[in-house]
Amino acid sequence: MGTQFVRILGVLAAGWALVFSGCKKSGEAPTAPKAPAASAIKVGAIFAVTGPAANLGGPEEKTAKMFVDKVNGAGGINGRKIELIVKDSGSKPENAISMAKQLMDEDKVLAIVGPSTSGETMAIKNICQEGKMILISCAAAEDIVNPVASYVFKTPQKDSDAVKLIYKTMKEKGISKVGVIASNDGFGTAGRAQLEKLAAEHGISVALSEAYDKQATDLTDVLTKVKGQEVQAVINWSIVPAQSLVAKNMKQIGLDVPLFQSHGFGNIKYVQAGGEAANGTIFPCGRLLIAEVLPNDHPQKALLMEYKKGYEGKYLEDASTFGGHAYDALLVLTEAIKKAGSVDREKVREAMENLKGIVGTGGVFNFSPGDHNGLALDAFEMLTVKEGKFAIAKNQP
Amino acid sequence: MTRRQRYYPVLGGGLLVVAVQVVLSATEATYYMTQITMSAYYVLVVIGLCLLMGYAGQVSLGQAGFFAIGGYTAAVLTTRNLLAYRDTPLIAWCRSLGLVVERRDLYGADILSFSPWLAFGAALLLTGLIAFLIGLPVLRLKGHYLAMATLGIGLIVYRVVLGAPLFGQADGISNVPPFRLADGVEVNGRPAFRVQNYYMAWVMVLAAMVLAVNLVHSRVGRALRSIHQNEEAAHSLGVNTYRYKLGTFILSALFAAAGGVFLTHYNGSIGPSEATVMKSVRYVAIVAVGGMANLWGALIMGVVLNFLSLRGVFGTYDDAVFGAILIAMMLFAPQGLLRRPEWRAVWSLVFRRSHG
Amino acid sequence: MNLAQIVQYGLSGITVGSVYAIVAIGFNIIYSSTGIINFAQGEFLIVGAMMAASLCGIVPLPVAIIAAVAATTLLGGLIELMFIRPVRDASVLRLIVITMGVSILMREAMLHIWDEQVRSLPYFTGTAVSTVGILGAHISPQVLWVLGVSAIIVAGLTVFFRFTLTGRAMRACADDRMAARLCGINDRWMVTLSFMLSAGIGALAGCVISPVTQTQYDMGAPLAIKGFTVAILGGLGNSLAAVAAGLVLGLLEAFMVSQLAVAYKEAVSIVILLLILVFRPSGLFARGELSALRAL
Repeated sequence: MGTQFVRILGVLAAGWALVFSGCKKSGEAPTAPKAPAASAIKVGAIFAVTGPAANLGGPEEKTAKMFVDKVNGAGGINGRKIELIVKDSGSKPENAISMAKQLMDEDKVLAIVGPSTSGETMAIKNICQEGKMILISCAAAEDIVNPVASYVFKTPQKDSDAVKLIYKTMKEKGISKVGVIASNDGFGTAGRAQLEKLAAEHGISVALSEAYDKQATDLTDVLTKVKGQEVQAVINWSIVPAQSLVAKNMKQIGLDVPLFQSHGFGNIKYVQAGGEAANGTIFPCGRLLIAEVLPNDHPQKALLMEYKKGYEGKYLEDASTFGGHAYDALLVLTEAIKKAGSVDREKVREAMENLKGIVGTGGVFNFSPGDHNGLALDAFEMLTVKEGKFAIAKNQP
Repeated sequence: MTRRQRYYPVLGGGLLVVAVQVVLSATEATYYMTQITMSAYYVLVVIGLCLLMGYAGQVSLGQAGFFAIGGYTAAVLTTRNLLAYRDTPLIAWCRSLGLVVERRDLYGADILSFSPWLAFGAALLLTGLIAFLIGLPVLRLKGHYLAMATLGIGLIVYRVVLGAPLFGQADGISNVPPFRLADGVEVNGRPAFRVQNYYMAWVMVLAAMVLAVNLVHSRVGRALRSIHQNEEAAHSLGVNTYRYKLGTFILSALFAAAGGVFLTHYNGSIGPSEATVMKSVRYVAIVAVGGMANLWGALIMGVVLNFLSLRGVFGTYDDAVFGAILIAMMLFAPQGLLRRPEWRAVWSLVFRRSHG
Repeated sequence: MNLAQIVQYGLSGITVGSVYAIVAIGFNIIYSSTGIINFAQGEFLIVGAMMAASLCGIVPLPVAIIAAVAATTLLGGLIELMFIRPVRDASVLRLIVITMGVSILMREAMLHIWDEQVRSLPYFTGTAVSTVGILGAHISPQVLWVLGVSAIIVAGLTVFFRFTLTGRAMRACADDRMAARLCGINDRWMVTLSFMLSAGIGALAGCVISPVTQTQYDMGAPLAIKGFTVAILGGLGNSLAAVAAGLVLGLLEAFMVSQLAVAYKEAVSIVILLLILVFRPSGLFARGELSALRAL
């Protein structure tokens, strides 16, 4: 009897031992350079490097590492280097929760950058607020900063501003009847809600508003439905792969009206995937993609060119606006630390809340206690695709 | 095995749980409890699935769906703000019974929502009903039809929670309040309550184990094992195989739903990612590697694998690990890792069961 | 709806329907000879398309496709040899679970080899904007390729199974494995062949749909589920019924879109799956052999 008891305990103990070997392992998880222990500033990051949002998290992680390397290479902030701890949540909110708690309780970081998606951010918003942890999200949902939680910020531009710019442009072109289609993920749903909400006050009538599956491989049936409504333009709110698919399917079924897309279109690969069909797409975007053609005295030009060259040179892939959100998050954090002159979380938070005129990739940030996003309508530029390249959309015929 | 003997592992497990807590508290490392607690709730699902797979011999590819039904029901009922209906007779009556509670959320707004107890009961009821409706026709057919039907259930649940605004669509439901079990005892994720929550989760897991162990050693359990060995023979001996399979299926669904409810309250949120096919496959992989008919093996593996996965130890290979485990187990150790001949001597001594 | 719209929806429906049918046929070939439901079926389409997409920059498109199909065929055989054949105590359930594991591994391997980006083969004829008119509806010429290739695959398989020795041997194995062995047919080799055949037609289908649907590493699973629904709808093991069932499902989905919110489109196939499993598990076109499916 006694020996059996011991045997069972032994097995269970072996199980726990395995569990704790996992504790050790995660401490050695692939992270950034080991900074001198005493004076390193620990910054945590949760990105969806793998999983359904990998095209967001991948560039974000690369950008974050590049930013930190640059800052550390220049001597750090006030002589202290940044230690970046990156966790891959795989786009799963439950992982984000577990990792946020790890970063807060174990690594005791100063701030958390990310997550990449709105679902994950909303899952950890309360946890960070209650835990008094600064969170600078790279996700787009308006809910993240509305209601405002004092510790929670976000860097992507507002969906509502993107929508407003689209509608303004449409009015200029004399378009008033549109069809709206969006993917069923968080980004698409949020965009569609804004499109429906803001249509009336801009004089646009939404003849049709549909959500398709984000993994859809053929959208000809949805677009046939749109075609039946005889709209003057189509607005598509999604990320890859649907964006290119919509462009192609529209041309193939003979739906020859202008196609407006969301700011999720911000990567030249989507244009390439769409081939000829992508030409003529109009969409609001951060100025990163057309940095070269900006006038030299534009406040963002220098920063954008530097980021673009740096990213493309280091990683041999095209820069995207998603990576830019991570850049802005770290930029805002480091500026706040400089302004506060300390790494006390309270002081940094307060400094961040009052930052003004910070030039980032997404636009020029002006925070306030009531506005934890800091970007306005002018953060967007209306872009189009001409002969397979991005260009600024001036009154096109 | 005598009645007392079968509880020794439970006692042993309990002592180990306490020991771990003491060690962690002493070394100021209580933060590990976060992942352990979360894993414990996932283990509830695994225990139920182990009963179904190991003892009733059926594969369910939809446990994540039942988990999500439980979690989302709890989330919806406890976050829906009924403030506008406060003075209607129905709600007033509910308030008097304590079915509806008032609270204040993080941003200062007043909320009137259903009590978590009600939500819990509703979640179990709904899950049980769905499991019954699906199991009823499908369990009369060959084994792989249940696998396919449960796959279908999981997919439908995923589509529903992804598509319906009621369930928060792609972003899920957040701001789920804690579950107050008694004064001062509540399931929540706050650091101050970490140790308390750790114990609560393990009490539930051990209670589930006691239930499972009792089941396995009862007439029902023996009937199930006979069905697993040879369904035709059992049937010819008068065992109502159909009823036992159905009952076990519903029970496994209820376990999964309970896990869903409590994890949702612990996390304060739930998202469609909990209802995916991949999650269901993970549960199957854990039961496979722990041992189809080995409750303790499944428990240990459930804690270990979920713990490692939640901490990001598997990195970008997270899904691949479970896929590989599944294949490896099916190819090399269909009775589970802990049932390999090397361990058999140990186990047969410990549990004094005849092996099939 | 006017005629042009009906034709448009109809074409949309039969395009996706024929893809579902091909996947379902892949399921059926393997099911017939082994009783296994191969959950990795969808991945074969994607692997084929990915390989072709990588090769088409180096060699002409037809060569790339042939090479990809050949490679995937071999891969199918390899998978059978590594993961299915060694299993001694062949409980069908265990094998199904193994194929799920294989599907996951294949998907993760594709992610690490080709990353998460979307690729596609160039259009066989025309470009992304070419369009062909039929009775007032417009489609990409690639759609005609999809329909054509699907028809050829079905016709080719019918000929293979009916008129060639190997095909007949496979059918014999499917009917009664023991009897086939007694006749001197190497049944284990037939199983491997069935996997290879399924993989090959999957890869071909994947290549031909790649220009229209684009290809991403995780597209296999949703395709497999649809194909599998179609296979059950037609009755497991019955390939001709699978074709009909595939077209039925495709048309149903397309016309659902015209009437209801698009958001319900995905639910249609799953609801059908559940209804069939509950009410008529032997499939729409079965001849009432329910007894063969009963547990007891």
